[in-house]
Amino acid sequence: MNHASPTAPCRLRINGQHYAADLPPSVTLLDLLRERLDLTGTKKGCDHGQCGACTVLIDGKRVKSCLVLAVSIPDAAVITIEGINQDGQLHPMQQAFIDADAFQCGYCTPGQIMSAIALLEEDHAHSREEIREFMSGNLCRCGAYNGIVEAIEHVIAQQDQDSKGEAA
Amino acid sequence: MRNFSYSRPGTFDEACRVTEHTRFLAGGTNLIDLMKSDVERPAHVTDLKSLSMNQIEELPDGGLRLGALATNADTAAHPLVIRHLPLLASAILAGASPQIRNVATNGGNLNQRTRCHYFYDPDMVCNKRSPGTGCSARGGRNRIMAVLGTSEACIATFPSDMCVALAALNAMVNLHGPEGERSVALRDYHRLPGETPWIDNVLQQGEIVTSIDLPSVSFGEHYTYLKIRDRLSFAFSIVSVAVGLEMESGLIRRGCLALGGVGTKPWCVPEAEALMKDKPPSHSLFRDVAERILEGAVVDRDNAAKLKLAPRVIERALWQAAEGTPQSQTCKTIR
Ligand SMILES: Cc1cc2nc3c(=O)[nH]c(=O)nc-3n(C[C@H](O)[C@H](O)[C@H](O)COP(=O)(O)OP(=O)(O)OC[C@H]3O[C@@H](n4cnc5c(N)ncnc54)[C@H](O)[C@@H]3O)c2cc1C
Ligand code: SF4
Ligand code: FES
Ligand code: FES
Repeated sequence: MNHASPTAPCRLRINGQHYAADLPPSVTLLDLLRERLDLTGTKKGCDHGQCGACTVLIDGKRVKSCLVLAVSIPDAAVITIEGINQDGQLHPMQQAFIDADAFQCGYCTPGQIMSAIALLEEDHAHSREEIREFMSGNLCRCGAYNGIVEAIEHVIAQQDQDSKGEAA
Repeated sequence: MRNFSYSRPGTFDEACRVTEHTRFLAGGTNLIDLMKSDVERPAHVTDLKSLSMNQIEELPDGGLRLGALATNADTAAHPLVIRHLPLLASAILAGASPQIRNVATNGGNLNQRTRCHYFYDPDMVCNKRSPGTGCSARGGRNRIMAVLGTSEACIATFPSDMCVALAALNAMVNLHGPEGERSVALRDYHRLPGETPWIDNVLQQGEIVTSIDLPSVSFGEHYTYLKIRDRLSFAFSIVSVAVGLEMESGLIRRGCLALGGVGTKPWCVPEAEALMKDKPPSHSLFRDVAERILEGAVVDRDNAAKLKLAPRVIERALWQAAEGTPQSQTCKTIR
């Protein structure tokens, strides 16, 4: 990169915090999070969209942050794994992953959890098959897939129970 | 990734003023990937996302217009698409992963580059990446490469699933360029490699895909998108087939079919489609259709299996459509 390397304005809300800076346009959202903001919970696996370790939410939708330029999503709300705890408590999906033994090394886990949270919002989890298909963008080299599906099913069952409780 | 300058114009006229060193950015799921691999090296990136072209709307004749910036996910989930063009929704859901479909756009899907491994590896010669250097895939590891529409210079497939359905559905692509607006049939949009494999399609410098028009069809449940790949999810196709049949009193009034994974572009053979007109579904008819589509196929070192697989996939897809039992993209059992 030469001295006159171009920059462009980047304005985001990351886990509720405002962020603004001039960045080289080549900086991906993943590299911004990890290298410049120390939000290293979001992982870099392949850096090519193939593994899902870098999954975050942008305006509520799950995306692979390694394939998004940080300057290309002005004013977007980004949520990372660091931003999902609820008043200091683990998010129910995080707790379910622990309870279901849904990881071994844990490297894919932040991405799996972000993807799973979005999956429930998308309403694409009506069967085990559907959960597996709609989680297929998140690879796990440790093969914790059964636990992952179980954790997601557990959160769905919990939600169903809660909504029944409210109705009663 | 090499750095580049970046702009986000608000008007089409501004956006289509580009040089040969400019690339348009939509979702970025293909372009950024290729820039990381040093295959694409634009000096400037023009982000199209401030242009207003993300609508999905009904056309006066009952067809649909899909904005070029509408995401693949929003398109597949749109009530009008689900109601009128479930074949398209199915093909989109058969491709990539939810996170990618949330970002990938319809215009970007049309203009994505091949997934030939050698194209992605700047250490290997490749005519598509570096004109005139040669083709590493010919005689190389070419299990995934094309058998139809190939040339001496290039045997790479065009990898999109969505475009296979768009071809079957006879879509039109609407363009805006420095010279004005024009429309091109999807079936004519992608080019055969010939001696110039680095030119993927008919898009001229500065031209932007603004939308895709789909004529209204009456396939009812008589459609399917059947995709065969190395793993059941999140993999590019080895062979895929999009079929829509207009059926009446047990006869096929009109058959629309396109093939993915085997051609250098979405593969359609109008003569094969015409064979089905006013005929009842039958094994011999579907075998004839498959044979006619695959006429002229040329295999290389590792991809002869595609010629065995393709007729089976075509015939099975035709039966799924004829019987009104489209392939589910969730339950992968093939019935
Ligand atoms: C891991 C992975 C797996 C995938 N699996 C599949 C799969 O199974 N099936 C499948 O079909 N696809 C698959 N894809 C490809 C994906 O569908 C494409 O990357 C995506 O559709 C491209 O859209 P985009 O908006 O992100 O394009 P971009 O990356 O922004 O652009 C791609 C190209 O199109 C050009 N362009 C974009 N929009 C326009 C426009 N409006 N007018 C003119 N030019 C334009 C750009 O200049 C660029 O050259 C996969 C991708 C990844 C990363
Ligand atoms: S098949 Fe085409 S893309 Fe692949 S190496 Fe040969 S020229 Fe390049
Ligand atoms: S690091 Fe982004 S998908 Fe692998
Ligand atoms: S827990 Fe190790 S990769 Fe998934």
